[in-house]
Amino acid sequence: MSPLELLWLVALLPFLGAAANAALGPRVARHWTTAVGVGAPGLSLLIALGCLVEYAGRMAPEPFQRSFYTWTAGGLEIEAALLLDPLSAVMLFVVTFVGFWIHVYSVGYMGHEEGYQRYFVYLNLFMGAMLLLVLGANFLVTFVGWEGVGLCSYLLIGFYYEQRFPPYAGRKAFIVNRIGDFAFLVGLFALVAKFGSLDYQTVFSAVAADPEGVQGSYLLGLSFAGFVCLCLFVGAMGKSAQIPLYVWLPDAMAGPTPVSALIHAATMVTAGVYMVARSNALYQLAPGIGGFVAVIGALTAIFAATIGLAQTDIKKVLAYSTVSQLGYMFLAAGVGAYGAAIFHLGTHAFFKALLFLGSGSVIHAMGGEQDLTKMGGLKSKLPVTYRTMLVGTLAISGVPLLSGFFSKDQILAAAFEGSPILWVVGIVTAGLTACYMFRLLFLCFHGEFRGTEEQRSHLHESPPVMTWPLVVLAVGAVLAGYVGIPKLGHFDVNVFAKFLKPVFADVTGHGEAHHLSLGLELALMGLSVVVAGLGIWAAWKIYGPGKELEGGKAWAARFPALHRVLVHKYFVDEAYDRLLVAPAAALARGFWRIADGILIEGAVHAGPAVSRLAGELIRMTTTGNVRNYALYFLVGVLVLLAWLIGG
Amino acid sequence: MELAIFALFSVLALASAVVVISHRNPVYSVMSLVVTLISLAVLFVLLGAPFLAALQVLVYTGAILVLFLFVIMLLNVEREEPAGGHRVHKLIAALAAVVFAAILGSQFFAAQGSAHTAELTPDAVALVPLARKLFTTYLLPFEIVGLLLLAAVVAATALARRSAPRDREEKA
Amino acid sequence: MTVPAVWYLLLSAALFSIGTIGALWRRNAITIFLSIELMLNSVNLSLVAYARILAERSPELALDGQAIVFFVLAVAAAEAAVGLALFIAVYRNRRTIDVNRLDLMRW
Repeated sequence: MSPLELLWLVALLPFLGAAANAALGPRVARHWTTAVGVGAPGLSLLIALGCLVEYAGRMAPEPFQRSFYTWTAGGLEIEAALLLDPLSAVMLFVVTFVGFWIHVYSVGYMGHEEGYQRYFVYLNLFMGAMLLLVLGANFLVTFVGWEGVGLCSYLLIGFYYEQRFPPYAGRKAFIVNRIGDFAFLVGLFALVAKFGSLDYQTVFSAVAADPEGVQGSYLLGLSFAGFVCLCLFVGAMGKSAQIPLYVWLPDAMAGPTPVSALIHAATMVTAGVYMVARSNALYQLAPGIGGFVAVIGALTAIFAATIGLAQTDIKKVLAYSTVSQLGYMFLAAGVGAYGAAIFHLGTHAFFKALLFLGSGSVIHAMGGEQDLTKMGGLKSKLPVTYRTMLVGTLAISGVPLLSGFFSKDQILAAAFEGSPILWVVGIVTAGLTACYMFRLLFLCFHGEFRGTEEQRSHLHESPPVMTWPLVVLAVGAVLAGYVGIPKLGHFDVNVFAKFLKPVFADVTGHGEAHHLSLGLELALMGLSVVVAGLGIWAAWKIYGPGKELEGGKAWAARFPALHRVLVHKYFVDEAYDRLLVAPAAALARGFWRIADGILIEGAVHAGPAVSRLAGELIRMTTTGNVRNYALYFLVGVLVLLAWLIGG
Repeated sequence: MELAIFALFSVLALASAVVVISHRNPVYSVMSLVVTLISLAVLFVLLGAPFLAALQVLVYTGAILVLFLFVIMLLNVEREEPAGGHRVHKLIAALAAVVFAAILGSQFFAAQGSAHTAELTPDAVALVPLARKLFTTYLLPFEIVGLLLLAAVVAATALARRSAPRDREEKA
Repeated sequence: MTVPAVWYLLLSAALFSIGTIGALWRRNAITIFLSIELMLNSVNLSLVAYARILAERSPELALDGQAIVFFVLAVAAAEAAVGLALFIAVYRNRRTIDVNRLDLMRW
């Protein structure tokens, strides 16, 4: 039996793992929980690798689609089907590979926690939903996975439910995502109305066959393609934390660190990018919305990067970095470089998961401390963590020959083709990224230890079960870039782009956009390396050895207003609270007091009151006095008599 | 002549009936009922039912009402205290009874307003046809009534005596 | 001079009504019982009257009314025997036959 025929098992196994662990319950010995919780995604990874090898081995890979059940609703038929094409193959690899290693890491990280079993139930559930998302052969299956990962995200952010903040953060994530999901659903409805199908291949081939058909005016002054793309992108904004719906992601760091790595860095938050890339046939026909996506992406990238500069919580820095990098991906998708977006998605999954897991290792060693100002000098105590994090930091900063360099460079080149302004924003963001990441590295690992004595004595390198995933991901962070070496003139070894090409086929009919000249491309590449170097140099000057906190404080003192704004994240949360949350809460309170308290409860209480009154009245007739009963008897006879005579 | 007798005894029956229901002392009530029943017996004679009139006097006044008197004496029922409260109950009861009587009366009038009782002839009051009817057409009910009376005797005996086992224990 | 048949019937209705009021007004169970006897007898009167009325129209039915009265008398005797025995039993247990105090049916 060929592995491809087992594709369904890839998605099913994590669900089975979750069900098994849920059934086993928390009282079973931990190694059983571990065996099930890590075994299921492990098997899933093996099968997925088999599928990928077989699929990639086919010379001209046709999309592989298997339907398991056809759901009929009126005239609408939706298949519960899985699809493996180049795009979902890439996603499948990223999700199963990174996901598996994070599962392994979790065994060590969560080893001493209460709710170990619950954690693995949620995490496996997440894997299943995420795989459903990327393997779904139509919008609806993807949407099911989309909602499933949202649910798991909510559950895992609020994992420490005894504390005050995590459940709040979970709710916030859930509600903000609902806003995006609403738009997503509207987009799906529009698609159903237009094509009577949600199947990717059906819809996109219909679009490709009749590009003019989706470009006519539709709604809100947009073409049909524009409307659907806008809806899908709003959905992506929520899931992938773009302005203005990014606010949930930094708070989502309240969850366990491996969760932040898996869900809020490597996989779930990239679902929006995947969605946009998946719908590229529509986005190609809606250039206006594409531009909008690019602008939002660019804004988010630079906006989050500036906030990242001033944060002192190690996970918050990484969270804003994630938001920023997601902005990059949307920038690429917006200007039509879907391949570059997916490429960056893949490399980012490696190095950002690595960075998060590394920070988890640091937090683990520090006994739960997340404040960078209390760290420092951990280099010697945590050698493996330090080295792997250094690799991750170099990769994200765009240092040549590491994965981030290749993917970021492709995005910047594409942005330059789209609009030089976008490129400027992108390259400034690249500099900022290098700066805040090295700031993190210096504050955390270099200089003198600034924590308490108790923490110092407790410092230790994490167990192998945690360091091995770090090493694996570090290797991935170095090597992942080499599948997509940018095309330079005639030197073209970009396997990745070739592999993905069928998915991103041109449907506009304008032909391939012209490419930048070799000289310009090399110049841009050089510039981005220089900017990255500048960022690292700046971090070194301000936070480097010997400066530590002093350098940062000096800069903060020089620009107090700017520092204040950055530390408070541009006061966006406060603004949302004032403008949206408070009025909504007031409205809800009003409904509670008036609609529920007075109207509904009044109506509800009126029913019992009436029957109670009736009961009291009828009770009065049951006196127990025989003579009263005799009287009723007589009255009854009278009534019967009247009826007999009258009738 | 007939009219005079009817008038006399119907008034007597009504008056004594009122006394039956209004007198405080049950003994007086029973005695008034005796008067009512005898008046009715007279009316039965007028209606050509001398046998029933005789039965009325024998069974009702002679047996049943004497039984009542026995029980009253046995229980030594005190005079009923004036009924307090429940004025609404009494009002409705009286109203209902009057309405009932009015309906009945109007119906009787509508149905039999013009009917006159036939002249009484020896044939009409003969006992033999009634006896024949009772023992032919109504034989089964007749037997059942006999059984009913037996059952009533047994039931009355069972109810009225003290519970047997405890008696024996007390004696022992 | 014969009496109009309906007069007997009206008398019967009046007696029945008096009996009803007695049954509903009085508290002494024995008086109530007497009132019920009164009601029975008023019905007897109407039955005999009907027998007389029907004697002219259909002689076969003439004696049915009287036969029924005969049965009513027998049933009344049985009823009185059982009813009075009940009163004795009740009196023995509750020391009263005031129906206002016999209100166990309420609970």
